[in-house]
Amino acid sequence: MRRDKYLLALIGLTAVSMIASLYLVFVYVPTERTMGLVQRIFYFHVPSAWVGFLAFLVAFVAGIAYLARRDWRWDVAEATSVEIGIAFSTIALVTGSLWARPTWNTWWTWDPRLTTTLVLWLYYVSMLLLRQMIENKERQARFSAVLSIVGFVNVPIVFLTIRLWRTIHPVLFTSEGFALESSMLLTLLVSLLTFTLLYFCLLWLRVRQEYLRAEIDRMKDQLLSAS
Amino acid sequence: MSTWRTVIAIVAKDVASELRSKETLSTLLIFALLIMVVFNFAFELRVENVRQIAPGVLWVAFTFSGILSLNRSFVVEREEGCIEGLRLTPVDRGAIYLGKFVGNTLFMLAAEVCILPLFAVLFDVSVLNPTLWLIVVLGTVGFAAVGTLFAAMTVNTRAREAMLPLLLFPITVPVLIAATKATGQILDGQPFAEISAWLRLLVAFDAIFTVIAWLGFEYVLEE
Amino acid sequence: MIPTAHERNPWAIEAKGVFKSFGPVVALRDVSLRVPYLQSATLLGPNGAGKSTLIRILSTLIRPSGGQVLVDGLDVQTWGNEVRRRIGFTAHQTLLYGDLSALQNLRFYGRMYGLADVESRIHELLARVELAERQDDPVRTLSRGMQQRLAIARCLLHDPRILLLDEPYTGLDQRAARILTNLMHELLAEGRTLLMTTHDLQWAAEVSQQVLILFGGRVIHEAPVAGLSAQDLRAIYQQHVEKRP
Repeated sequence: MRRDKYLLALIGLTAVSMIASLYLVFVYVPTERTMGLVQRIFYFHVPSAWVGFLAFLVAFVAGIAYLARRDWRWDVAEATSVEIGIAFSTIALVTGSLWARPTWNTWWTWDPRLTTTLVLWLYYVSMLLLRQMIENKERQARFSAVLSIVGFVNVPIVFLTIRLWRTIHPVLFTSEGFALESSMLLTLLVSLLTFTLLYFCLLWLRVRQEYLRAEIDRMKDQLLSAS
Repeated sequence: MSTWRTVIAIVAKDVASELRSKETLSTLLIFALLIMVVFNFAFELRVENVRQIAPGVLWVAFTFSGILSLNRSFVVEREEGCIEGLRLTPVDRGAIYLGKFVGNTLFMLAAEVCILPLFAVLFDVSVLNPTLWLIVVLGTVGFAAVGTLFAAMTVNTRAREAMLPLLLFPITVPVLIAATKATGQILDGQPFAEISAWLRLLVAFDAIFTVIAWLGFEYVLEE
Repeated sequence: MIPTAHERNPWAIEAKGVFKSFGPVVALRDVSLRVPYLQSATLLGPNGAGKSTLIRILSTLIRPSGGQVLVDGLDVQTWGNEVRRRIGFTAHQTLLYGDLSALQNLRFYGRMYGLADVESRIHELLARVELAERQDDPVRTLSRGMQQRLAIARCLLHDPRILLLDEPYTGLDQRAARILTNLMHELLAEGRTLLMTTHDLQWAAEVSQQVLILFGGRVIHEAPVAGLSAQDLRAIYQQHVEKRP
C-alpha cells in the first residue's frame, strides 16, 4: 500500500510541527502582561475553533460531491469530517471557558465566535444522532449530505446575527483583547499549522479505517453470495 | 402553470384533512397558551417588568407550537405510505416542497393569529401594529422553510418527531434572535430605522433558505 | 421530445442488469427481465428475494444502483415523470389519506395527475369499484377490502397502460380476491400490461401468462405459464426455490 508512505510522512510532519508548537507556546513566547499564564490557552483555543470551521467546510463540500456523484467515499469523508469538527469545537468551547473564568470572572461570554461555535456544535451533534438512527445506508448518506450543506450555509448568517445582537451589549473579548506581538503571531501561526495538519491526519486515518471496514463487508458479501 | 396547480392541490388537501380531524389547530392553540402562562409564572417572581421578557415568550410559543404543526404535516404522509403516493405523481419534487411549505406557513400563521390576542391580554401590550405582523410573517416563513425540509427527514427516523427541534432550533437561531429583538423594539415603540436591520436579516434568511430547502427536498424525498 | 416507443419497441417493461445495494447490503444483482405489452406477468420468490425492491425500481420509487430500466420505452431515471404518468402502482399500504373521504382522496390525486375532467372520472371509477355509496366517508372507516378497491381506483385515475401491483392479494379474503382477479382480467382485456408480485400461487396461476422467480436478488427462472394449474405452478416453484441447497 504505497499510500501508507504518504500517510506516514504526514504523521511525521505533524509530530514535528507539534513539538515545535509546544516549544513555542510554553518556552519561547513571553507571558502576556495583563492576563498572565492562562493566556497561553489562546494558542490552543483559536486553532481548535479554526479546525472546527475547516472540518465543517470540508463536510459541506463532501456533501455536495456525494449528492452529485453518489460515491459512498464522499459520504465517508463527510461523516468523519463532521466527527472531527465536533471534537475540535468541543475543545474550542472548553478552552474558551477555561480562559474566560480567570480572565473575566465568568465561565461563559456571549462572544459572537464562541456562541456561533456552540450553536454549530448543537446542530452537528444532533445531525450525528439522526445519522445513527437511520438504518438504510443510502438514506443515511443522503440526509447527512443535505444537513451538512444546510448547516454550513448557516454559519455566516448565525455569526452575523449574533454579532449584530451583541453590538447592543459590549463584547467582552475578541481574540485580540491584547496586543499581538510578532512572537505571539509566530506562535499562533505555527499552532494553526499544527492543528490543520492534525486535522488532515485524523481525517485520513478515520477515512482509511472506514474503507477497510467496507472492504471487509464487501468480501463477506461476496463469500456469502457465491455459496 | 402546473407547479401552481400542485401547490394548491397539496395545500387544499392538508386544509381538508385538518377540517375533518380538527386536531392540529386546537392542539397548537392550547400548547401556545400553556407556554405563555407557564413562562409568566416562571419569570414573574424574578423579573420586575414582565414586558421585558414578552417578546421572547411570544416567539418561544410560536416556535414550539410551530414544531407541532411541522411534525403533524409529515406524520400524515407517513401513515399508509402516502409519501409514496406523492412520489408516484408526475410532479416536480420542488413543487411538492412548495406545497408543503406553503401549507405549513399558513397553518402556523393561522395559529399565530389566534395566539397574538391572547398574548396581548396576558402581557398587556398592543399587537395592532402592521410592522409587528410583518415580522411575524417573515419569522414564520423562515421557520417553516427549513422546518419543512427537516420534518420530512426526521419524521421517518427511529426517534421520530423528537429530532426535529434538535436540528431546527440551531439553524433558526438567526430567525429567533432577529424576530425577538425586532418584536421587542416594536413593542417599545422604537422607530422603523432601528428595526430595519433585523428586517433585512429576516428577508435574507428567508430567501436563502427557501431556495436551499426547495433544491434539497428532492434528495430527501427520493429513495 | 419524448421518444415514441410503442411502434418499434415490443417491451412494456425492460430491465437490464439492474443492481441495487443499500450500503454494503446487496438487494438485487444483475436482474434482467422483459415483459411484452398486453402481458400479465408475476414475480414470485421467497421473502427477502428482492421482489418489493424490484417492483419499486420499475415504478420509479427506488433508484437503481446500476443497470438500466425502461418502462414503456422510457428510461426511468431520465424520464421519471413521464413514466409515472403511464404506470399505476399499488402496494400493501393503501397510499390513501385516512382522514379524507374516498372522493377527497381521488380528487387530490386527480389534480396531482393533472387530469382534465376530474369529477366525472372519479365518479366513473367509484362506480366501477362499487364504492359510490361510501364515497363521503373517511377512508379509515372503510374495510380492508374496500380500501384495496379504492387504492386500485386511485391507480387507474390517469388511465395508465402499465400496472405494477405489489402483493395485491395480501390480506384479502376469498371473495375479495375473486373480485380482484375478475377486475384484473377486465383490465388486461382493456389493453393494459400487468406485473405483480405475490406469494399466492393459486391466484398467480389464474391471472398470469408469464412467471419470473426471484431468489437472492437474482432472476433464477422465467417461464410462460398460461393455462397451467396452480399445482403445476407450485411444482415449478418448488423445483427452483424450495429444493435449492
